[in-house]
This record gives sequence, structure tokens and C-alpha cells, in this order.
Amino acid sequence: MFLRFSQSLLIYFLLFSYVESAESGGMPQLNPEFWFSQIFWLIITFGIMFILLSKLVLPKISENLEVRKAQISENIEAAEKQREESDKKLKEYDQLILNSKNEAKDYFNKAREKILKDVDKKRENLEKEINEEINKAEKEILDLKNKSPEKIRKIASETSSDLIKQLIGVEVNNSSISAIVEDVTRKTN
Amino acid sequence: MYQFNVYRIGPEIKIGEVDLSFTNASLFMVISSLAVLIIFNLGSKKNSLIPNKIQLLAELSYTFVSKMISDTAGSKAKPYFSFIFSLFMFVLFCNMFGMIPYAFTVTSHIIVTFVLAAFIFFGVTIIGFIKHGFGYLKLFVPSGVPVVLLPLIVVIEVISYLSRPVSLSVRLFANMMAGHTMMKVFGGFVISLGIVGGWLPLGFSVALTGLEILVAFLQAYVFAILTCIYLNDALNLHH
Repeated sequence: MFLRFSQSLLIYFLLFSYVESAESGGMPQLNPEFWFSQIFWLIITFGIMFILLSKLVLPKISENLEVRKAQISENIEAAEKQREESDKKLKEYDQLILNSKNEAKDYFNKAREKILKDVDKKRENLEKEINEEINKAEKEILDLKNKSPEKIRKIASETSSDLIKQLIGVEVNNSSISAIVEDVTRKTN
Repeated sequence: MYQFNVYRIGPEIKIGEVDLSFTNASLFMVISSLAVLIIFNLGSKKNSLIPNKIQLLAELSYTFVSKMISDTAGSKAKPYFSFIFSLFMFVLFCNMFGMIPYAFTVTSHIIVTFVLAAFIFFGVTIIGFIKHGFGYLKLFVPSGVPVVLLPLIVVIEVISYLSRPVSLSVRLFANMMAGHTMMKVFGGFVISLGIVGGWLPLGFSVALTGLEILVAFLQAYVFAILTCIYLNDALNLHH
């Protein structure tokens, strides 16, 4: 099959070269027989192509490109705008959060101060009460302290007069006994 | 050289003494320009924000050519965008269709490339004279050249300017013809060396096909960018 194909190709080749050699020889390009036809058809085909391209096709392509360019730049612009807007919103949001944080801090501080104040007040009151109680107690103690020697003297003179009475059965003068008691207490002191 | 032969398709059309018959060359010109029109028309029909494949192709080509023009000829060359775009696409498609086996390569004929180059040459010259008047002739007088050398330099500049259409057309034509001839030569080797020794030239042929596709693109690009450079000379007089 392949051999047959190549054989037929060879025959064609030989045939062509035979035809070629039968010609005047040299390049067909330099044979002026069809020059005018070529020029004529070149002008017609190229001319029609040029006119159709420049009048119909190329303006459309350029318009398409322009439209696309415009659309892309428009989209980019819109995206930019939206980004700016979102930036703004983000800033607002941040501000909001900051404000609320500050507010929360304020509330907290206020509450703490209030509590501290309350605690202070209560402590002061308590201290006052305690102090008062202490003062009272001290006063009582002082009172007791002040009154005690007299009482002791009285008791001592009474008991001594009672003792004397029972011992010797004589009523003794109270004043003399108290004088003696006083003397004794001074000495013991 | 059979692949470069031009032959008549259909009836003979004659206007006076001039033969304007429809040939295989004309057929491939029609195919190429139709392909360009169809592809770019499809690519411009729908305008979706995210382009589909053919739209992407059309828009990438558009930006590619417009960037090429603005890079080489500046913003003043904007009105000539559609011409350079058509030129680039026409040459590119003619080159690429020529890569299909048994297809005819329009740009492998010197007369076609020469007509294109001559049109560009005259167009650029007319634009230069319209923009700058006779001041456009200053193009041939570079600044900062000693007066003694000036006659010589001016002659050289004029010759190089006048040879522009020739160099532009011959570059494209010679590249296309040489590439296709090479491929044919290697193809011939495949046949003559047969199934035993034909593999090496076959490999070369495959590699050359890749190279030729690259050259087809590159030559179209070079053709367009040289047009831009000539246009730049005419629009922005640097000398």
C-alpha cells in the first residue's frame, strides 16, 4: 500500500519535472504573462478587504475594546468606592466599640467609687460608734476608779466599827475610825 | 518551480490587450482576504465582557498591530492604522495559506509584493510632501554632517530611499520563494531516496515546515513594521 503510494508520488514527481523542463525554464515569477491579472486582482481583493475592514470590522473591534475598558474602569471605580465606604463603616464600628468600652469603664469606675464611698461611710460610722462605746466604758471605769477609794474607806470604817463593837462592845466614834482608816490607807499606799 | 506557476481558472478575460483572467493567484488572494474578513467579522460581532476565543484572537491582533504602530510611528500614525492592519493581515494570510500543500503562495510572486511595496512607497512619499511640503527633502540631508561629505551623503540617502520599494518587495518575495523551494527540494529527496534513505530529508521537511510557518509570520510582521518605519519618516521628520 505504502509502496504503491510512494510509487504514484514518484510518477507525479517525474511528470511534474517533465512539465517543468518542458517550460521555458527559469522562474515563473518573471514571466509577465499574468502580471496585469495579478495586479488587477490584488487591487480588487485587497481593496475590498481594506474597505470592509476599515469601515465595518475595525471600528467595531475598537468600540468593543473601548467599551470593555470603560466597563472595567467603572467596575474598579465602584469597587474602590465600596472599599472606601466599608473602611468608613469599619472606622465607625471601631469608634462605636471604643465608645462603649469607655462607657463601660466609666460605669465600672462609678460603681467602684460608689461602693468605696459606701464602705468608707459605714466604716466611719462604725468607728464612731466604737469610739463612743469606748469613751463610755472609759468614763465608767474612771468613775468607778474615782469612787472606789471612798467606798473602800467607808466599808473599812464600817467593818472596823462593827468589829470593834463586837470585840469590845463599845460604840466608837465614826469620825475617829475614819481618820484612822485614812491614816492606814495613806501608809499602805 | 511548478508550485509557482500561475494558470488561468475559468474563462479568459481580456480588456483590450490586457489579460485580466481569474487565475490560481487570484483565487488565493480571494481566499485570504475572505478568511481575514470572516475571522475578524466573527471576532467583532459579539461584545462580551469576557471574550470568546475568536473575539480574543481579533482583539489581540488589533492591539498587537496598534501597539506596533504606536511604538514605531507614534500617535500621528493612527489614521493609517486600518491600512497597516489590512496589509499585515493580507500578507500574513497569504503566507500562511501558502503553507498548505498544493496551495498557491500569492506573496511568492515579485509582482504582487512589488505592487504592495510601490503603493506604500508612493503613499508614504505623498504623505511626507503633504505634511512637510518641500521640507520633506530634508530627509536626505542628515544634520551634523560635514559640508564636504554632504553631496555624497545626499546621494546615498536618495538611493537608499528610492531602493525602499525594491528591498521591501524582494525581501518578502525571496523569503517566501526560497522557503517553498527548499521544501520542495527536500520533498524531492524524500521521493528519490525512497523508503530507506528518505527519512532524513523527511525530518528536514518537517522541521522546515515549522521554520516556514515562523518565516511566514515574521515576514508579514517585517513587512508591516517597515511600512510603519517609512511612515514614521514621513510623519515625524527627524533629520
